Amino acid sequence: MRLSQDPTIDTVAKLGAVSVVMFAFVFVVMVPLYNVLCDVLGINGKTSSNAYTAVSAEVDESRAIKVQFIATNNDGMPWAFAPQVTEMVVHPGAANDTLFFAANPTADAMIAQAIPSVSPSRAAEYFHKTECFCFEQQPLEGLGEAEMPLQFIIDQDLPSDIKTITLSYTLFDVTSLMRGKVASR
Amino acid sequence: MGDHHHGPAKGLSRWLYTTNHKDIGTMYLWFSFAMFLLGGAFAMIIRAELFQPGMQLVEPAFFNQMTTLHGLIMVFGAIMPSFVGLANWLIPMMIGAPDMALPRMNNWSFWILPPAFLMLASTLLMEGGAPAFGWTFYAPLSTTYAPPSVTFFIFAIHILGVSSIMGSINIIATVMNMRAPGMSYMKMPLFVWTWLITAFLLVAVMPVLAGAVTMMLMDIHFGTSFFSAAGGGDPVLFQHIFWFFGHPEVYIIILPAFGVISQIIPAFSRKPLFGYASMVYATAAIAFLSFIVWAHHMYTVGMPVAGELFFMYATMLIAVPTGVKVFNWVTTMWRGAMTFETPMLFSIGFLVLFTIGGFTGLMLSIAPADFQYHDTYFVVAHFHYVMVAGAVFSMTAAIYFWLPKWTGRMYNETMGKVHFWVSFIGFNITFFPQHFVGLAGMPRRIPDYALQFADFNMMSSIGAFIYGASQLLFLYNVIAAIVSGERVSDEKVWDGAEGLEWTLPSPPPYHTFETPPKIEEQPAH
Repeated sequence: MRLSQDPTIDTVAKLGAVSVVMFAFVFVVMVPLYNVLCDVLGINGKTSSNAYTAVSAEVDESRAIKVQFIATNNDGMPWAFAPQVTEMVVHPGAANDTLFFAANPTADAMIAQAIPSVSPSRAAEYFHKTECFCFEQQPLEGLGEAEMPLQFIIDQDLPSDIKTITLSYTLFDVTSLMRGKVASR
Repeated sequence: MGDHHHGPAKGLSRWLYTTNHKDIGTMYLWFSFAMFLLGGAFAMIIRAELFQPGMQLVEPAFFNQMTTLHGLIMVFGAIMPSFVGLANWLIPMMIGAPDMALPRMNNWSFWILPPAFLMLASTLLMEGGAPAFGWTFYAPLSTTYAPPSVTFFIFAIHILGVSSIMGSINIIATVMNMRAPGMSYMKMPLFVWTWLITAFLLVAVMPVLAGAVTMMLMDIHFGTSFFSAAGGGDPVLFQHIFWFFGHPEVYIIILPAFGVISQIIPAFSRKPLFGYASMVYATAAIAFLSFIVWAHHMYTVGMPVAGELFFMYATMLIAVPTGVKVFNWVTTMWRGAMTFETPMLFSIGFLVLFTIGGFTGLMLSIAPADFQYHDTYFVVAHFHYVMVAGAVFSMTAAIYFWLPKWTGRMYNETMGKVHFWVSFIGFNITFFPQHFVGLAGMPRRIPDYALQFADFNMMSSIGAFIYGASQLLFLYNVIAAIVSGERVSDEKVWDGAEGLEWTLPSPPPYHTFETPPKIEEQPAH
């Protein structure tokens, strides 16, 4: 295809288009593709950020999986943040409930976001959350406290060599980030 | 047009408004040498601090600014513009074209560079200091924890990205449309070939770098969360984007160097280059592979085993075309009537030291071993063997080789040879011991170190001062040659040199090949 009669202008136009396409490629291909791949392959310990709808209720009583919970605060996050139990033993296919506690020791209203990570990362795609406080941001009034629910199902297809799964939450302070967005709404 | 020949305009406006490829090439070369000295001065500060363990001269924060700016200025300010300068001077003369295809854009590509680097250097004087997150500027160090000056750094990267893209488009347009009749692609000198491929790499990946810094800008100022886990982003994504640019970038730096060596070794071996076609295909193969190996820079981020294996094997595959090149250069020298003038010495130095750097690269490509080497001085030693002994040595060889053609005056050969030996020895004293401290676990980018590394670090620092000082000798030799060097009467300054640029007078007139030259049947490489 010729974009111009002048061969030089033709070359320049095509190469200019290539550089514009490559710039767009970063935003519209690389970023979504990375997120989709992490989501689909369950790599990077990322669990799905949407609620899971259970497909079958068959519980595999023959296997017992130890699930450990870790709660961490990101830099500068003053909240108290802890799981109700640090460890529970569950069967694949069964729905399990647990709670996390959060308390805001400051006098100001704050908003937090918990980011999950599963280890070993191979287990992430078998760790289904039907309900999680991490799906939404958590606002707390000054000196407020909250119990935050988590309901999850371990997939029956979990590879047999995985006996222990660790679910870690890091709590981030997103107050300033969200305030701008709310104001602009 | 007819017989109307005119020389350059007078005074400062000649340089400001020039559209002449020779003038612009000269400006690129001087600018990159100035940046080389600035980045070198930062390296001297780094080595002075590391001369002894403990904190001696500078604050840790300032040390980090030095490592960051040293890397950025050397990669983007010294090496890349120097090869663009070489391309400007040589490509039209090598393919029989009167000038570059887009002379006005050429002027613009150069003149936006000095402000960009002035802005980058000025961050040193800003509150919070210059960027201190390493030249790879990994998020969140370069976003959440960055000093306020990061915005100026981002803008500087944008400008030099635009400059590189315009320069590359110009080179491709020149090579594709302005070759003299009869100069087919497979008759082009290898320097032109390597630059053509490099220019395609630049057009493909500089926009990716621009995208990465744009995302940083948006994360810092506009509330997006590309690289912030709190908002659903991922800092590891930054590393993928950066190295998708960064790995082709290292070939952008080294491919023109390969081209230079492929011109010089045949000239001083008085034999045509061995395996011309295989050199072209090897260059293209390296360029292709550069797009599918980026994650070997990030083996330790927690990739799945399948990913580690893929990137490991793909990386090892690069040794094949690179080996083709090294063997072709060695075979070119085999049974040649060799002489060892300064350009040839630097080329052989390049060949030996670049091969060492290639081997350490192969060691680093082994994923399980890399967990030990990652972010240690072993990596620092590796990439200085390929960047300094590779790109900078070949650039130095190119200056000595073509300076008599450009200026019509000869440099001082004895001083050139002294420069080579002092550089060669100084370079090896600096970087060879870094392999050992790296393998023993000394991390990079840290201003202090454990006592057992003291001797090797002192050695490294002494070598760095020697290498740094030898560059002043180079500067003196070049200036002395321009001002009062012995005049060169021949068109062919070197009796073994082949190619169209050696059919022109020395120095070449301001405008050359306004009528295309006749290309002989023999390939001109």
